[in-house]
Amino acid sequence: MSQPVRIDLEGFGKAYGGVPVLRDVSFTLHGGRVHGLLGENGAGKSTLLKAVCGAVAPDTGRILLDGRPIPVGSPRDALRHGFALISQELALVPAMTVLDNVYLGRWRHRFGWRSRRGDAAAFDRLVERTGFDIDPSALVGELPLAARQQVEILRALASGASVIGMDEPTALLTKTETDRLLAVVRDLAAAGAAVVLISHFLEEVLSICDDVTVLRDGRHVMTGPASEQTPGSLVRHMVGRPLDLLYPEPVPVPATAPVLLRARDLRRGDAVRGVSLDVRAGEIVGVAGLVGSGRSETLRALFGADPRDGGTVEVEGEEVPPGSPSRAMRAGLAMVPESRKDQGLLLGRSVRENVALAGLGGRQLAGFVRSRAEGEAAGAMLRDLDVRGSDLGGPVWTLSGGNQQKVLFGKWLMDRPRVLLVDEPTRGVDVAAKSQIHRLLVDLAADGMGVLVVSSEVEEVLGLSHRVLVMRHGRMVAEFARGEATRERVLALAFADDAPPDDGPAPGGPPAPHPQDTTIPDTPTPDTVTPDTAAPGIATSAEERP
Amino acid sequence: MTTTADTGPETGPDTESVPQTAGQAGGRAAARRFTRLHDFGIVLSVAAIVVALSLTTGTFLTTGNLVNLLDQAAVVGLLACAATVVIISGAFDLSITAVLAVSAIVAVVVTTHAGVPAGVVAAVAVGALLGAVNGLIVVTVKVHSFIATLALSIMYRGLAVILTAGAIVYPPEDRLQAFQALSWPTVLGGVTASSLLFLAVAAVCWVLLSRTTFGRRVYAVGGNEEAARLSGIRVGSVRVAVFAISGVCAALAGLVLAARGGSAQASMATGMELTAIAAAVVGGTSVLGGEGAIWRGLVGVLLITLIGNGFNLLGWDTIYQQVVQGALILGAVSFDRVLRARRS
Ligand SMILES: Nc1ncnc2c1ncn2[C@@H]1O[C@H](COP(=O)(O)OP(=O)(O)OP(=O)(O)O)[C@@H](O)[C@H]1O
Ligand SMILES: [Mg+2]
Repeated sequence: MSQPVRIDLEGFGKAYGGVPVLRDVSFTLHGGRVHGLLGENGAGKSTLLKAVCGAVAPDTGRILLDGRPIPVGSPRDALRHGFALISQELALVPAMTVLDNVYLGRWRHRFGWRSRRGDAAAFDRLVERTGFDIDPSALVGELPLAARQQVEILRALASGASVIGMDEPTALLTKTETDRLLAVVRDLAAAGAAVVLISHFLEEVLSICDDVTVLRDGRHVMTGPASEQTPGSLVRHMVGRPLDLLYPEPVPVPATAPVLLRARDLRRGDAVRGVSLDVRAGEIVGVAGLVGSGRSETLRALFGADPRDGGTVEVEGEEVPPGSPSRAMRAGLAMVPESRKDQGLLLGRSVRENVALAGLGGRQLAGFVRSRAEGEAAGAMLRDLDVRGSDLGGPVWTLSGGNQQKVLFGKWLMDRPRVLLVDEPTRGVDVAAKSQIHRLLVDLAADGMGVLVVSSEVEEVLGLSHRVLVMRHGRMVAEFARGEATRERVLALAFADDAPPDDGPAPGGPPAPHPQDTTIPDTPTPDTVTPDTAAPGIATSAEERP
Repeated sequence: MTTTADTGPETGPDTESVPQTAGQAGGRAAARRFTRLHDFGIVLSVAAIVVALSLTTGTFLTTGNLVNLLDQAAVVGLLACAATVVIISGAFDLSITAVLAVSAIVAVVVTTHAGVPAGVVAAVAVGALLGAVNGLIVVTVKVHSFIATLALSIMYRGLAVILTAGAIVYPPEDRLQAFQALSWPTVLGGVTASSLLFLAVAAVCWVLLSRTTFGRRVYAVGGNEEAARLSGIRVGSVRVAVFAISGVCAALAGLVLAARGGSAQASMATGMELTAIAAAVVGGTSVLGGEGAIWRGLVGVLLITLIGNGFNLLGWDTIYQQVVQGALILGAVSFDRVLRARRS
């Protein structure tokens, strides 16, 4: 094998509208090594990776490939020199098949005719290598998010890239999928590629990366071997000060607290098969379960985002009619959806307009937007959530991923719902912002709001909730009080392979641990953890996700 | 932090301030205003043509010519308002000129039987009705609006033929003068009533889109229909309302055109819907929906009208007009693109 490549990044700088988001960033990547890129939301990680991989043109910056400068800032040049980017906001053609997307623009051909068979054979080899289970003839637009992410990964692999940037590739994946992906990443490095990995899961970064680089406010803070870092030291570099990453202790729910949300025998196709649940005032109820267990569908059916096939939903004793988000909102429900890009934000519109959207009716005078009231309310919300961007008057798509998530959150908190339904509250947000959002949820509950949280991070569900529900195959299979639930018990129940779904009630069946998860480390479930102890706190929850 | 200036849907680039969350101590880049030059590319293109015409002709900057220019812009302008609103909502309305014809014919017919005011009211009502029908069909049948309104426009043209039995219809002699009132000059420097109507409608649409909750909903539905629905917006009602507004604008354009000619017929304004859509898009309103502004449509209208006007003034052979018109539109749009690309 030849000498591993060496990529020197020199003096990368970029400003948007006069606001610098990258300032003179320099460090070196090596073939055969995995390089973690860390920083708070908006630190400039994605911008740097895009600049290196040719997706945006930096204002300044050179790339030396084995000492020779190569052109910077054009996707074609980048591809030609073996740079590939798997971006945070997936960029696929929804109306094309998986196969066509993976080989987009590079289709094999004979005498000008597309050779589908050649592509299919190559695709099979890729799938074998990665262990991804994807139908090449499926339309990308119809795939769930996690599968789309895998298609992006396959596409980068198919281009035979030697420098691969991955922007939060595991944010959407389950535990098993994450493990598989990380194995693929190691394989790639072993085969000589230089891999750059952005992630907010510090444990994940520490376990897989050889080197780490931390950015703060667009500046390079440190680069060094991962083995010399702990989650706590990384957080200190990222935030600039030690940070207390405790889960806030939820305020106990008074015994007299009324039930705010009551659902009985909720049904929706195969996804939700008779779910009943209560959420009381001041209570945070967490729902754990695998992707596909019907958690999101349950929230959507409660909120009326999807029609229901049966069952009733009541808020404070009032029946909520099915299938109408606007009626659900009037009854006092709000839902922070799973995908900010598809279901949440108007990416081309301003932050303020997005935040104000759900409560338009409340700030109007004879149909006119009360501009000042809206500005003040939106401003206060953005301040509470600490939303940061180079230009908050500009369109939302210019914000970093984590800040977009905060905007989405803000939109639903603007008008103080009675019951807040949250699907993946902290997807893509950094450690500091994550604990801010947790604090916020606990405070909202303390004020008497009912909160129903779905999260793929078991740690998050356990840390936040008064009560934990476990969902499997469209049913609630278990309920734990705070303190009773441990990660092991919850995961075992979530993974338990019960008989095919229509075969009667399955709750409480003997929990059979999933084969892939038999090696769950036997740590207690701490409610409070500081990063320096390297125990699974919120900063470090990569491996707790089922 | 402050959120003083308006960052509403389309305040025009000049008033955007930058509400910044200072975040943690240590200070981020301070709030900063920066002019969004890239938003003004198309305006610069139009300004360049204006300057060129002023310099090369002695007649361009005369009151008479400017009044004339505005009058010429009225019909396309009203249609461009319709097109802009519909495109922002994420749809297309190809039936506007067919609705225009039906409304104009209804105006003439009702005027004949019940007088001019009744004719005007009937025309606007028919425009709103046909527009609402468009909207209802798009919402319920769920075919793409491009196809639905194409089919409907053929039906409306057919309806117009039936109403007129294929002939040109005129209001009765004694009511003709009142019927043509829209084409009269007004006391405002001789500007025609049609021009004022156009400006008034543009102003109303502008306010509607940029200042009202309805406008916000239109942008939301066009930008991300699912997000809009999950935000409690009744997407169907918004769409029907948008098409009804489009129908009303078309009917008003029909009144202007009928007043100008003193007659109406089934083939009125054929093909002009494409000019109107072009005007909206040339100004920078995204065909994908969810972005754009009325002022952009107006700039597009101005560009298109200026070119015709310039040909007249310069005495050029109108044989070349279409080629030059197409080329100038392309040039203006390219310039706009170049400026915007600077940004990202
Ligand atoms: N096209 C753009 N126009 C204006 N500002 C931009 C643009 N793209 C990024 N920014 C700004 O640059 C800064 C850095 O963004 P970037 O996406 O690189 O952050 P990040 O480190 O990847 O954060 P996250 O962890 O949230 O993904 C942010 O403040 C963002 O608002
Ligand atoms: Mg990012």
